[in-house]
Amino acid sequence: MPKNMVTIDGNEAAAHVAHKTNEVCAIYPITPSSNMGEWADAWSAVGKKNIWGTVPDVVELQSEGGASGAVHGALQTGALTTTFTASQGLLLMIPNMFKIAGELTSTVFHVSARSVATHALSIFGDHSDVMATRGTGFALLAANSVQEVMDSALIAQAATLEARVPFVHFFDGFRTSHEVMKIEQLDDSVIREMMDDELVFAHRQRGLNPNRPVLRGTAQNPDVFFQSRETINAFYDKTPEIVQRMMDKFAKLTGRAYHLFDYVGAPDAERVVIIMGSGAEAAQETAEYLANAGEKVGVLKVRLYRPFSMDHFIKALPKTVKSIAVLDRTKEAGGPGEPLYLDVVSALMESFASGDLPFEKMPKIIGGRYGLSSKEFTPGMVKSVFDELTKEKSKNHFTVGIQDDVGHTSLDYDPDFSAHEEDVFRGMFYGLGADGTVGANKNSIKIIGEETEFNAQGYFVYDSKKSGSMTVSHLRFGKDPIHSTYLINKANFLACHQFVFLETQDILERAAEGATFLLNAPYGPDEVWNKLPKEIQETIIEKKLNFYTIDALKVAKETGMGVRINTIMQTCFFALSGVLERDEAIAKIKSAIKKTYGSKGDEIVKKNFEAVDHSLANLHKIEPKAANGASRKASVVSDKAPAFVKDVTATMIAGKGDSLPVSKMPIDGTWPTGTTQWEKRNIAAEVPVWDSDICIQCNKCILACPHAVIRAKVYDEELTKDAPDTFKWTKVRGREWQDNEVYSLQVAVEDCTGCEICVDVCPVKDKTNVSRKAINMEPQIPLRETERANWDFFMELPEVDRSRLKHDTVKGSQLLQSLFEFSGACAGCGETPYVKLASQLFGDRMVIANATGCSSIYGGNLPTTPWTKNQDGRGPAWSNSLFEDNAEFGMGFRLTIDKQRAYGLELLQALQADGKVDAQLAEAIMNAEQSDEPGIHEQRERVAQLEKALKKVDDQRAKQLLSISENLVKKSVWIMGGDGWAYDIGYGGLDHVLASGRDVNVLVLDTEVYSNTGGQASKATPLGAVAKFAAAGKPVNKKDLGMMAMSYGNVYVAQVAMGANDAQTVRAFMEAEAYPGPSIIIAYSHCIAHGINMAKGMQQQKLAAETGHWPLYRYNPQLAAEGQNPLKLDSKPPTRHFSEYAYNETRYKMLTKSMPERAKMLMEQAEKIAKNRYDHYSKLANLSPEPEA
Amino acid sequence: MRLNTKYMGFDLKNPLVPSASPMSREVDTVKQLEDAGAPAIVMYSLFEEQIHHEANELDHFLSYGTDSFAEALSYFPEPEEFTRGPDEYLEHIRKLKAAVDIPVIASLNGISIGGWIDHARKMEEAGADGLELNVYLLPSDLERTSESIEKRYVDILTAVKGKVKIPVSMKLSPYFSSLPAFAKRLVDNGVDALALFNRFYQPDIDLESLEIEPSVNLSSSDELRLPLRWIAVLSAELNVDLGATTGVHTAEDAIKLLLAGADTTMMCSALLKNGPGHITQVLNDMIAWLDEHEYESVEQLKGSMNYRNIADPEALMRANYMKILNAYK
Repeated sequence: MPKNMVTIDGNEAAAHVAHKTNEVCAIYPITPSSNMGEWADAWSAVGKKNIWGTVPDVVELQSEGGASGAVHGALQTGALTTTFTASQGLLLMIPNMFKIAGELTSTVFHVSARSVATHALSIFGDHSDVMATRGTGFALLAANSVQEVMDSALIAQAATLEARVPFVHFFDGFRTSHEVMKIEQLDDSVIREMMDDELVFAHRQRGLNPNRPVLRGTAQNPDVFFQSRETINAFYDKTPEIVQRMMDKFAKLTGRAYHLFDYVGAPDAERVVIIMGSGAEAAQETAEYLANAGEKVGVLKVRLYRPFSMDHFIKALPKTVKSIAVLDRTKEAGGPGEPLYLDVVSALMESFASGDLPFEKMPKIIGGRYGLSSKEFTPGMVKSVFDELTKEKSKNHFTVGIQDDVGHTSLDYDPDFSAHEEDVFRGMFYGLGADGTVGANKNSIKIIGEETEFNAQGYFVYDSKKSGSMTVSHLRFGKDPIHSTYLINKANFLACHQFVFLETQDILERAAEGATFLLNAPYGPDEVWNKLPKEIQETIIEKKLNFYTIDALKVAKETGMGVRINTIMQTCFFALSGVLERDEAIAKIKSAIKKTYGSKGDEIVKKNFEAVDHSLANLHKIEPKAANGASRKASVVSDKAPAFVKDVTATMIAGKGDSLPVSKMPIDGTWPTGTTQWEKRNIAAEVPVWDSDICIQCNKCILACPHAVIRAKVYDEELTKDAPDTFKWTKVRGREWQDNEVYSLQVAVEDCTGCEICVDVCPVKDKTNVSRKAINMEPQIPLRETERANWDFFMELPEVDRSRLKHDTVKGSQLLQSLFEFSGACAGCGETPYVKLASQLFGDRMVIANATGCSSIYGGNLPTTPWTKNQDGRGPAWSNSLFEDNAEFGMGFRLTIDKQRAYGLELLQALQADGKVDAQLAEAIMNAEQSDEPGIHEQRERVAQLEKALKKVDDQRAKQLLSISENLVKKSVWIMGGDGWAYDIGYGGLDHVLASGRDVNVLVLDTEVYSNTGGQASKATPLGAVAKFAAAGKPVNKKDLGMMAMSYGNVYVAQVAMGANDAQTVRAFMEAEAYPGPSIIIAYSHCIAHGINMAKGMQQQKLAAETGHWPLYRYNPQLAAEGQNPLKLDSKPPTRHFSEYAYNETRYKMLTKSMPERAKMLMEQAEKIAKNRYDHYSKLANLSPEPEA
Repeated sequence: MRLNTKYMGFDLKNPLVPSASPMSREVDTVKQLEDAGAPAIVMYSLFEEQIHHEANELDHFLSYGTDSFAEALSYFPEPEEFTRGPDEYLEHIRKLKAAVDIPVIASLNGISIGGWIDHARKMEEAGADGLELNVYLLPSDLERTSESIEKRYVDILTAVKGKVKIPVSMKLSPYFSSLPAFAKRLVDNGVDALALFNRFYQPDIDLESLEIEPSVNLSSSDELRLPLRWIAVLSAELNVDLGATTGVHTAEDAIKLLLAGADTTMMCSALLKNGPGHITQVLNDMIAWLDEHEYESVEQLKGSMNYRNIADPEALMRANYMKILNAYK
């Protein structure tokens, strides 16, 4: 049978087998495992069948807790069931995993192993999640490469049915889950052969069934629980042997042989590294390289980690072993060592103690940690571990891959040590997210992998921002199998797809001598050399690079490709790399284009073809001249930045964070706020420019700006005398201002993302040219220097006195300083304007609990974070606990504040009674009215006075009071998160917190979809919208969260949409915060996952309200207390059809292209729902208030 | 009463052909039109820009933001197949052909040659009985001459005629320097009928928002005078079928145009306003008028008042203009 070679990533490999061998998949999205569920869902959506000829049922739950419950239930009723998860998701499954294993239930959970959040969240890979499940009774089977993922998935599935022990089949998150590799896809016949139907029938037979009723899940008592627990031992004893048998059977079918422990390297090795996961590949590559050079080294790859077969383990080690280093990709703080190390120690000791040790003497054993959170693990590091074993006194409990200058655990290593063959093609490609570089590279790997004999590998690195993000693709091709599970260190082909990167990144750092360098430059072949930074010119000369350039954007524009230069750069890559013969390559690119874009229309295929045809004529070889360019800036941050930012943050911004030693890291995950201001990203091609002559000073642009790059101030005109030449100001409008006061609106052009929302919301039109507004887009580069100076000057101007502003108006609120700025959110983000508004209104007293999701990523993802401080050093204090617990986490904040305030008042009262504090001051503090900002301000001053006095009082109670007196001033507790949190995973907690009556403010940033993980349906997704797990359009309507909250009667509820009614939004925020109980604001947030022109996001918000989809309202229980109807409907009856709003969005429109009939049917229903929703609210708002009882 | 006429080579049982409009989007409505007496149907137009736009839009939004951020490498499930504008249209032709017995004339609206030839052929394959080409070309380019514009029409016509065997008509705008000469050129290049005229979409300005308001105004009977004159001229000079497509609301309107020389009097606004059943009403009124005025057939009526057949041809031309102006004094 010919082998079916495919180029796919680890997630797809796992999902392929899982989908073929199960009947039910119950899942919940979590990075980096989401794609497995998405693949399964996509395949089921098009009717792909499993090997028994039926389409598996793929169901999305509300959390991993829910998914594991559904899995447990499906298993208990006899379905072959699986799930996919990682990290915190796996942890949420642990309770059910104990049950599933305790009940000896056959299943495989596929896990793309990811760091468990500790001092910080990380989406990247290590084994801390898998290790946390060691106690559950699940077997743990590791796969080290993409091919192994597919193979082990099947071996696990076959073994679990016979063993009755459930399996976690795991592989490294990102490194393996997202690495694209050429592998052999298992044919259905192989899968069929491996799956024993009799075992499947037995599994079904064990299912709960009223025709043969049993009871499972009893409550047991001290008399029998223990004995019952010991009944399972025989099953665990047999499992290793069953797994090996399945591996052997698999080897016969495919030729790929696996063992519970696989040894590679010198047969007479004395030094052995023991490791599992993708790191084993790098270790194998290194060991083989060193062994070939005569070193007696080897690697033992652990595959079946649980149940741990001591027998197989000892037998797998070479008899000559003298020293062992065990490498763990996890950390167990406070333990005697990491888990694999401890298991190896105990296995060898047991064997030694029983006299069965087959070695000359007990080997030396050391253990160490590597690769936490996808930290690189390279041959240099592996070599340093082997080297450590040669030392007489080897370091134990070491780390490798970092510099630990505090505990001195780290091993030194040679970063330039290379173990792989020189005839491997190693290409690195620097691109922008938006330019399609990654997509094109995935395409290239497919072409080379599937059309040639070469082995192929691709790995992609993304940065932490959602706008203007850089991507780096690492591609390897070679005749031999590729084991290099780490980034390319010496590239022989380098492509820079964006000229601007040359300014900020050390693009050629990893170029090998004589490499080819392809640059996309907006310059002709004659001028490009002189435009290069000096450092780049020097490297080209020094490393003798073959330098080629193309103006790809020009070609893209000429061929209708817009900014997507992917096809053009891909063509150049094939032309220069010589991996394929040129004409053959072009033919293959075209056939790939047809495959990729064919379904979207001939137009798309045609324009891509044209791009291919025009590329090579525009590709030029450039001969180096003298290095005459301007030097790059020495530091990436301003001289004015604080020391920590210059020292630590700047290094991270420059992409050199790996070089930071332990001593530079905050010890407990606590980082300074206000750091985005130092990261000048300059990502906008065009930025807004203010026209002071026609501006009406409504401040709507400031409100709508997602990145807080537009600010206004009113100040004494006298201050303009030192203003830079191009700084603008004009007479301030409004009677509340003095004659000497002027108004300036300033744009931070270096922080702007160029989204154009400001221009869209500007209500002014130039009378002589209506296409011009009071704010207009202009190219950034010519403005950069002058506007940088203007911004600096503007920031030095005093902030407007808050007491002079009407906070409950758009105009007034937008002169308040934003304490949330320059986040990494998408250009045109619909969430951040709300977040920013809250920071303007309440920032100096806010403490924020932020659910995991977009807002926690743009709010807290390093290197720089957007929450900042005012001139007094006050500002929001922010934390992210988890995804599921955010409401409870925030309520915890409230509990502390309330408790300590109460205790503070008790202490104050006692001290007052004893005459230790000024009675009048104490009285004023205790009876302070803090419902508005002046009240809070006065209380702050009183408490400062009290604190001053308390310092002089010699009384323990005074000291106690001093430690909590800050809580005598009102604090504003905010609980923020997206709809995935509020409607789904965190709903139970949110509901409870709302029901508690405590004074918390909940802000739900409702994008109606899981945005951060890439568009999966949530319970906020409306009927008819397409999302992942709702590919056929969601068949049920979104949950009415506001209505549910209103049912309590004592919860303030507002539904807002800034683009529909900004004044209502501002009022709702003010009312919610002022309400002395629980408040919830549900804020319509347009999103990139809606498939809209983000510049028109606010118009979509308006349409959402005008069509009845998103009625605006405020429900204030205080009005009920006053005898009024608490519900105020702020929207007018629908004036437009729902479809007028919906069909501006790809999430609705694409269904008309994929399933036209269904789209029509759903749209009819959606129209009715929108109308009924408004009618329902309208009726409620018009009810007469209940007469007082 | 014999109401039958000939158009694009079809023997039609009467001249009241529903012209391109959204009514043909629903199979049921087309059946109702047939039942009401429609002798043929011109389908809604497949717009060139729409196809380009939709394909590009879908591609743009499905790829926008992808492969940029590690947690969200895409935002939408990608179906294996999308129904594209042209496919949908072809499918609709098949459905209409299966549902009705009258000729189905497909309509293509665009300005470029490339893809159209292909679409025309596919429409023929899908079963269209005829093809109406609507070259909606609004020249705003100062460098573009009238000759180059006319040439574009001719090129499209020749290209399409070279690809299909079914009859091809062209729907024209009235804004040609020399309409008769241009019409002759089309006839010489094999056009099977001319539909007069295309009503350009005419934008309006919203005085409050200072924005251009897209608005579609339905025609009124008054507007038939423009085609009336030109049909009277062309029917006298050219051997080509003529369809009148503007301002036909009543039997009187239709009769006037037939007198001037139209072979079909196409209806759109009146049907949109009054529903498919309106055709029956107009037909009945037409029969009544013909009876009353002792005509035997529509053929007898057709062109009986064209430029050649009226006593005072100048009444259709400048003299009439002068007379009317004088009357206003």
